[in-house]
Amino acid sequence: MKDFIQVQNAEMVFNTKKGRFHALREINLTVAKGEFVTLIGHSGCGKSTLLYLIAGLTLPTGGGLICDNREIAAPGPERAVVFQNHSLLPWLTCEENVHLAVERVFGAIESGARLKARSRAALDLVNMGHAASKRPHEISGGMKQRVGIARALAMEPKVLLMDEPFGALDALTRAHLQDELLKIVARTYSTVVMVTHDVDEAVLLSDRIVMMTNGPAATIGEILSIELERPRNRVELAEDSRYVRHRKQVLEFLYTRHGHVEKAA
Amino acid sequence: MVSAVFHSPDAANEGHAPVGKPKAAAAMQTAASRPARAPFDWRGLFLKVIPPVAGIAGLIAIWALVTMKSNTFPTPAATLKEAIVMFSDPFYSKGPNDQGIGWNILFSLQRVAMGFGLAALVGIPLGFMIGRFVFLDRMFSPLISLLRPVSPLAWLPIGLLVFKAANPAAIWTIFICSIWPMIINTAVGVQRVPADYLNVARVLNLSEWKVITKILFPAVLPYMLTGVRLSVGTAWLVIVAAEMLTGGVGIGFWVWDEWNNLNVTHILIAIFVIGIVGLLLEWALVSIAKRFTYDDV
Repeated sequence: MKDFIQVQNAEMVFNTKKGRFHALREINLTVAKGEFVTLIGHSGCGKSTLLYLIAGLTLPTGGGLICDNREIAAPGPERAVVFQNHSLLPWLTCEENVHLAVERVFGAIESGARLKARSRAALDLVNMGHAASKRPHEISGGMKQRVGIARALAMEPKVLLMDEPFGALDALTRAHLQDELLKIVARTYSTVVMVTHDVDEAVLLSDRIVMMTNGPAATIGEILSIELERPRNRVELAEDSRYVRHRKQVLEFLYTRHGHVEKAA
Repeated sequence: MVSAVFHSPDAANEGHAPVGKPKAAAAMQTAASRPARAPFDWRGLFLKVIPPVAGIAGLIAIWALVTMKSNTFPTPAATLKEAIVMFSDPFYSKGPNDQGIGWNILFSLQRVAMGFGLAALVGIPLGFMIGRFVFLDRMFSPLISLLRPVSPLAWLPIGLLVFKAANPAAIWTIFICSIWPMIINTAVGVQRVPADYLNVARVLNLSEWKVITKILFPAVLPYMLTGVRLSVGTAWLVIVAAEMLTGGVGIGFWVWDEWNNLNVTHILIAIFVIGIVGLLLEWALVSIAKRFTYDDV
C-alpha cells in the first residue's frame, strides 16, 4: 500500500499562556506500508509534534491525518509509540509492562497462556528475556529502551512510532540498538516513523529522511530517499560513497540552509 | 502542621528516618548485625548511636539539674520509678475514672482509628476526584482553604451539638482535622501523575479501570501515604486535647485528671507515652510508605 499513512495539510497551533504558537504548517506526507521514515530537524522544529499527531496524542488544528484509510482521531494500539524516555511503569516488572500492552490488544481473543507467551516472545525479540522479572529501575537505560520497544512491538502495531528512542543513550549502546532495530524491522516488516536528531542514525536506518525547517511554523523542507540496499552494515557503509553523499545532503540541509541563524529571523 | 501538608513523597522518602528514637533503634539494629563483618566500623557506630543518646541524656540531665531542689516537680528518677509501677499493671480497671495506662492508650487509639478511618474513607476518594476533575478542584479549593486552618477544638462544640455525646464528638473532631492532608495530598498526587504514564495509557487505549489500578493508584500511592502520615500525626495531636474536654477513658482525659489530682509525675509519664505512641504511628506509616514507593526511572 502506497499511502498507508497520509498527512494532508496538517496545521498545529498551540494556545499557550504566552499566546498562540504556530508549530507546524502545511505538512504533507505519505508513508508507504513497510517503509522506514525518519523525521529530522533542529530541536524545536516540531518533529515530535508531528509524530504525536500521527500517534493521535494531539489532534491537528487544521488539515487531516489518515492511517490505513481511517482518520486518526485518537491514540490507539495499532500505532504503538516508543517514547523518548521509555515511560515504563516503575511499579511493574519488565514483563508486566509488556503484558499490559499485550493484554489490551489480544486479551479478548486469546488465552492467558498465549498472552504470557506473547509477552515473553516480545522480550526475547529485544534480547531482554533474562530481565523479565526485573523492575525498570534495576536495569540500564539501554535495556529500558529495549523493553519500551518490546512493549510497542508486542502489540503488533500497524505503525511503530519512535520519538528519539536512542537519544538518551551512549554512542555504543545506541549503535547496538540501531543494529537490533534494523534486524527486528526486517523480520517484522514494520512501518516505522522515527524522530531523531542524529544524522548517521537517520541515514543508516531510513528509506526516506524527512527534513524539517526551523520553527515556528515549521514545515517539511525536503524529503531525501536513501538508496542503500538492505541489510545495511554500519562498518561497510562508512566508506560507501552513497552513504557519505546522503549524509552530506542531510548535513547541508541542516547546517547550511537551515542553520540556527534562521531561527532568530 | 498545616504547612507540612505539601510534603512531597520524595521528601518523605529521604526523611525516612524520623527524628529521635527510630533512628537510634535503627542504629542499634545495624550495630547488632555488624560485628560479624570485619573490620568493625566503630566510627560509623559512634556517629549513629552517640548523637541521639547524647540528646536524650542531655534532656534528662537538664531535667535532673533543674528539679534537684524542687518539691513540686518530680525528678527523672522518681518519674521512672513511678512509670515502672504503672507499667507493671497497665490493664487494671477500678471504675470509669481509674483505669490502667494501657486502657487509656487503647481507648485513645480506638478513637483515633475511627475518626481517622472515616476521614480516609471520605478524604482519599474525594482527593482522587478533585485531582481528576478541574471543576471539582475549583469547587472545593475555597472550601478547603477556608476550613483547613480552623483549630481542631473549634469543631468540638459542633460535634457535641449534633451527636449529643462526648465520644462521637471526639471522633468527629479527629475526622474533620485529619481529612484535609489526605484530600490535598491525594489530589496533588493525581495532578502530578507524569504525563508520560498517561500517554502510555492513551496509546494502549487502556480501560478506565486499568488506568486507575495500573497507573493512577500506584503513581498516587506515595502522595496518598504522605497524606495519611500527616493525618495520623494530626489525629494523635488532636485526640489529647479533645479528650481533655470530653472526658471518658483516654490518655488526654487521664492527663487532665492527674492535673486535677496534682500528680505531676503521671503527667510527665503521659507526655512520654504520647510522644512514643506518636512516634510509633509515624514510624509504622513511614515503613509502609517505603514499601510502596517506586523510584522514578
